[in-house]
Amino acid sequence: MSAVADPGLPAKTGRALLIAQALKAFRANKLSSVGVVIFLTVVVLALLAPIIAPHDPLEQNILHRMEDPSAEFWLGTDSYGRDILSRLLYGARISLFIGVAAIGSAMLIGSTIGLYAGYRGGKVDAVIMQAMDVLLAFPALILGLVIVAMLGPSIQNLIIAISLTAIPPFARIARAPTIVVKERDFVEACRALGFNDTRIMLLHVLPNILSEILVMGSLWLATAIRVEASLSFIGLGVKPPTATWGGMIREGFEKILDTPWLSVFPGLAILLVVFSLNLIGDGLRDVIDPKTRTD
Amino acid sequence: MLAYVARRLLLAVPTLLAVMTLVFVLVRIVPGDPAQTILGDQASQEALMAMRERLGLNRPLWEQYIDFLRDALSGDWGNSMVTGHPILQEILNVLPYTIDLTVASLIIGALFGIPLGVWSALHRNRLVDYVTRVGSLLGLSFPAFVSAILLLLVFSIELNWFPVISAGDRSSVGEVLENLALPAINLGLIMTAYITRVTRSSMLNVLGEDYIRTAHAKGLPNRAVIWIHALRNALIPVVTVVGLYLGILIGNSVLTEIVFNRPGLGKLIVGALSQRDYTMLQGLMVIYTFIIIIVNLLTDLTYGLIDPRVKYS
Repeated sequence: MSAVADPGLPAKTGRALLIAQALKAFRANKLSSVGVVIFLTVVVLALLAPIIAPHDPLEQNILHRMEDPSAEFWLGTDSYGRDILSRLLYGARISLFIGVAAIGSAMLIGSTIGLYAGYRGGKVDAVIMQAMDVLLAFPALILGLVIVAMLGPSIQNLIIAISLTAIPPFARIARAPTIVVKERDFVEACRALGFNDTRIMLLHVLPNILSEILVMGSLWLATAIRVEASLSFIGLGVKPPTATWGGMIREGFEKILDTPWLSVFPGLAILLVVFSLNLIGDGLRDVIDPKTRTD
Repeated sequence: MLAYVARRLLLAVPTLLAVMTLVFVLVRIVPGDPAQTILGDQASQEALMAMRERLGLNRPLWEQYIDFLRDALSGDWGNSMVTGHPILQEILNVLPYTIDLTVASLIIGALFGIPLGVWSALHRNRLVDYVTRVGSLLGLSFPAFVSAILLLLVFSIELNWFPVISAGDRSSVGEVLENLALPAINLGLIMTAYITRVTRSSMLNVLGEDYIRTAHAKGLPNRAVIWIHALRNALIPVVTVVGLYLGILIGNSVLTEIVFNRPGLGKLIVGALSQRDYTMLQGLMVIYTFIIIIVNLLTDLTYGLIDPRVKYS
């Protein structure tokens, strides 16, 4: 370790102050607080599903097929007599897990690619970004469709497919500020002090672009949950009988004339989660970009 | 400007080539034997061999690749492995449906989104702004198939205003519009949400500019300042975003076509995927890329219409 203080790193007190200011700005935005509350509630319900779900989500019951909502089955039952509420709770686990895993890995891989391309510049940058542009030329859902069809439907493959579609945008969003930041004096100073490229990228460039990556992460998590549900709805998601929101809507859609709630309840669940994530992403963006701040 | 268009199209060639290579590789990694798919489980070994021979599947990959590129360039996209019809013909048959749907939802989006965005920006931090912002955020949170199902439930099943299946009768303008209405409203609402948001933030930026203050100071009516001076300057980011979201729109049209059982590129690709129709899949992926390239070009050309200072060089 070098004993020289790193230029460009804010002093401890300065950094704490910045975080405190950001938190205050985020909390001042009431809508994003609502988003946080909704999202955390869904996360907690999903985690507690095995304890709080009133029934086994896979248990079929011929005697209780397609029942209306009642005291025993709060949201009714599906065509196999399975409890909709329990399936919704378990479905949340799958949606959230696939979304978080896919976007987590896309964030990691995409940002690394963008950071590297932007920092190195020149031909390396040109080739990498051209490749990203080719991937971006496909609509995300179409690319996801083809990849899942290619790999076969499973949780793991859905994660791969969704994260592959999300890597190029993260590479782009990480590259743009990197190009600007690397020209700044403090990076020059780091080079003069003899720090190696990895250290400069990780300790000096990354913290400066992290906030934008996080905002994008929350918005893309919403997209990932939507895409996962869409793929399940098309029939390329996690295979039945596993409860997934998109799959439940698909099954419900076949009976839409008799029992519309079969597809309406899981539809509202997806809407609620995606909406809460968009509220959070919006609030975070306001914190980072004071120009659009509402209050 | 013609020279600009020509150069842009020329620049699209490497992208298209890269995409076609990617498509060629992707399609060949898809598991499943197309010969088996076409002939069924009961096919004899000889029949399978003969079918593979006919489809050219047992030739070396690089030979298949060269043939694929040559045929694609000469307009011969081959025949569907499932129906036997020419790919290009099948795609051209359903393309009008997808174009109708996309254009109609764009029009709905612009028609409602731009005024809503302007209105919201003018009443910043007041109740209408709040409602518009929450409403538009809610709108873009809707998975396209969820909103489609809700619209279908309310307007087709409960109220009986529109057909449940928006199938493909194109014999008269009335029929086309009746079948188009609900799917277009579905995608149009989502598009409205996107356009409202970007118009609002773009207007907020422009309204703070010096030339807006000058326009007010020289006594121009408020309406002229907002709708001519401010909006025209605010539209460039809107066009950019619309161009970018067309990709999302095309993706969402897949889901909309499924829910409303409407013919189109989306239904074609889902069918091709489930039936392992390699050649159809190749053709569709190339068409999708081509559409995105054309949309990007049109987006750039629109800048010049909105802002005469934009030069194409």
